[in-house]
Amino acid sequence: MTRHSLCRVLLYLLTTAVVPVIAQHETGSDIVSGERAFRDYCANCHGPDGDLIKGVDLGHNNFRQPYTDEDLAGIIMNGIPNTPMPATPRVTQEQAYMLVAYLRSRGDIVDTGLSGNPGRGKTLFDGRGECLDCHMVEGQGGILGPDLSSIALVRSSAELEDSLLNPNAVVQPNHRFYTVVTKSGDRISGRLLNHDAFSVQLLDEDERLRAFQKNDLANYGFSDPVMGSLAGEFSRQELADMVAYLATLRRGAAQ
Amino acid sequence: MKKFLAALTLICAMSALQAQVSFDDILAADNPANWLSYSRNLFNQRHSALDQINTGNADELELQWVWQARSLEKFETTPLVVDGVMYTVQAPNDVVALDAATGRIFWTYHHEPAPSRTCCGRVNRGLAILGNTLFMGTVDARLLAIDARAGNLIWNTSVANPDELYSITMPPLVVEDKVYIGVAGGDMPTRGFVAAYDVTTGQEIWKTHTIPGPGEPGHESWSGESWKTGGAAIWNAGAYDPEANLVYFGTGNPQPDWDGRSRLGDNLYSDSVLAFDADSGEIKWHYQFTPHDELDYDSTQVPVLVDRPWQGRMRKMMLWANRNGLMYVLDRITGEFLLGKPYVAVNWMTGFDETGRPIRDPAILPSPEGTIVRPHVHGAINWAPTAFSPKHDLYFVAHWEDSGIMAIEGQFPQALGVNRRQTTMGDVALEPFLNNDGEAWGVIRAYDPDTLDPVWEFDMGNITWGGVVSTDGDLVFGGGKDGYFVALDALTGELKWKVNLGGQVNAAPMTYAVNGKQFIAIAAGTALFTFALPE
Repeated sequence: MTRHSLCRVLLYLLTTAVVPVIAQHETGSDIVSGERAFRDYCANCHGPDGDLIKGVDLGHNNFRQPYTDEDLAGIIMNGIPNTPMPATPRVTQEQAYMLVAYLRSRGDIVDTGLSGNPGRGKTLFDGRGECLDCHMVEGQGGILGPDLSSIALVRSSAELEDSLLNPNAVVQPNHRFYTVVTKSGDRISGRLLNHDAFSVQLLDEDERLRAFQKNDLANYGFSDPVMGSLAGEFSRQELADMVAYLATLRRGAAQ
Repeated sequence: MKKFLAALTLICAMSALQAQVSFDDILAADNPANWLSYSRNLFNQRHSALDQINTGNADELELQWVWQARSLEKFETTPLVVDGVMYTVQAPNDVVALDAATGRIFWTYHHEPAPSRTCCGRVNRGLAILGNTLFMGTVDARLLAIDARAGNLIWNTSVANPDELYSITMPPLVVEDKVYIGVAGGDMPTRGFVAAYDVTTGQEIWKTHTIPGPGEPGHESWSGESWKTGGAAIWNAGAYDPEANLVYFGTGNPQPDWDGRSRLGDNLYSDSVLAFDADSGEIKWHYQFTPHDELDYDSTQVPVLVDRPWQGRMRKMMLWANRNGLMYVLDRITGEFLLGKPYVAVNWMTGFDETGRPIRDPAILPSPEGTIVRPHVHGAINWAPTAFSPKHDLYFVAHWEDSGIMAIEGQFPQALGVNRRQTTMGDVALEPFLNNDGEAWGVIRAYDPDTLDPVWEFDMGNITWGGVVSTDGDLVFGGGKDGYFVALDALTGELKWKVNLGGQVNAAPMTYAVNGKQFIAIAAGTALFTFALPE
């Protein structure tokens, strides 16, 4: 989460006096499910990157027309008459929308095709990117976002680049944001650490561990992710530099 | 925009519930709701000012929550509690943050230890905290710093090489900007030490061996090259005196344990208490409880520091119930021996000389044919912490009576009678108790710190491998191998409440409060249980 995006969240929280229902939207797990459905139902013809059909590049949201989500879900379920695109009756409406969420999540991804400089990337990461506000590397930094000290052990450079450009496309279950509203009107957001039938456990935005009983809450649920895309804020070369830096983070690899 | 953000952050910070733990907080230990170090304060008194649960209502205690560890190891950890968050360890080395009111997990930090060898279980006795950082020693002899809010690893330092048979099972000790840790492994050919690390970076600041090297005082107490592998491990919690700026640790047995013929001499500083300058690691004084030990009488019990009158004047002292069956009062500034006497049947010594050195019975040594020793190899107490109540001016100790046969030349020490089929060491599960009356029986006792004479005694039946805690509610809590957890009247020893937890108690209880409600926590079997009064 950059300071800008944190600011946006805080502003939103402060300017929204009453939020009757916490927004329903796709989650990281929806997108993961959508990706799985893409592999099961679409990749056979469209290819793993979605670009095997002439004039269609699903991997970059290039469709024959500017379809709405509803259009795309309908096409997935019903096909396009008089074309090779078949109906897929096994796909439920819920799955179709997960698939759409996955396709939309791919939209911002661009392959820079550039080689990065890790030193410059670290400078950007620690400095202008303000990444340490939320992320920890080797014990330094914030704790609201994932600890990136070993990120290169579990993510490829391409995945890292995807995450910089579209950070909310895939969010690990233990890094989703959640908001509770107490019956007295207090609104607390943070990273969801645990919840059950009776209680919720968060790491709140002030980096405090908080626990709530659900019967003390007026409302609770997943809330908007807080990290914004870096696509508009950094050049392609700068993004490549940051990816190169992230690719060096391999704590624990030698142990 | 950033200024506006800063203003918002300030607003948020003003409503913060959790505060960082300062060293002053740890030292003062004046918020009874929290439990900020292994034994609640750095004097290791294990006494709480909480009194909501007291002798008048203890029989109403009810189970609040249970946390089941994903581990089959003994649960020896005393948790910490900071502003409603409990931190404990899932053996061997997973740190767990729990909501102290409900037992629900916030996070778990998993450490996968490298292959290592421990003498007596892949256990951990606890954590230390400073600021927002938790510290843990690991069975593969590392010291870890972990963010207390999110469970992120901050640093991970190698303390010793596990391939050289070192391990760590003790809770670290934090003083100012240093974290102190010692090494276990003293039953194997190792050379013990304690070291201080920078809390921020994990860099070593000083390291002092418990066995003096060539040219150092005490080196002459080891024959030949035996000093290189003489053990004297430090594997249990230390204490701190802020005015003297001394940290205190007890040391373990000399190695090899039961046959001293290869290590002639007193074997300093095995079986001793050592006072280290907190900043330099210099040994300021030592007292050796069992010179040239061949009976495995580790002196790694938790030092208990007390300031109280002694023979007409205030004195800074140390109470010590030792594995060797003797209880001590020492001057903790000078190390002077003030008083010592047996608190169980002891046959390896006959008294003390004028300096406080025990006078050995030369016949009580391990022999090829076997020698009966009292107390037995596992001692009158082993490592479990004791408690001192300033309110009651009593020293509470859970311990036991036992004797055994000590044999050398290839024979492992054996116990007498029916008990030989059972280990006297703690285990996880309950087992039938088939001893004859008078064999291997345990007690919780209150001792007069002026005389070290017992004031009252509660019969625990079996051995009591767990520790105790006392409270301003005039209660003492403790548990034992039979799985009972009991509340006793601190002034009389009368039983006020008991519960069967279905597994052996191998840890010391602790107490804390959340939103004004007092809890008592105790580990038994592989789970942690908490109790409180009905709402």
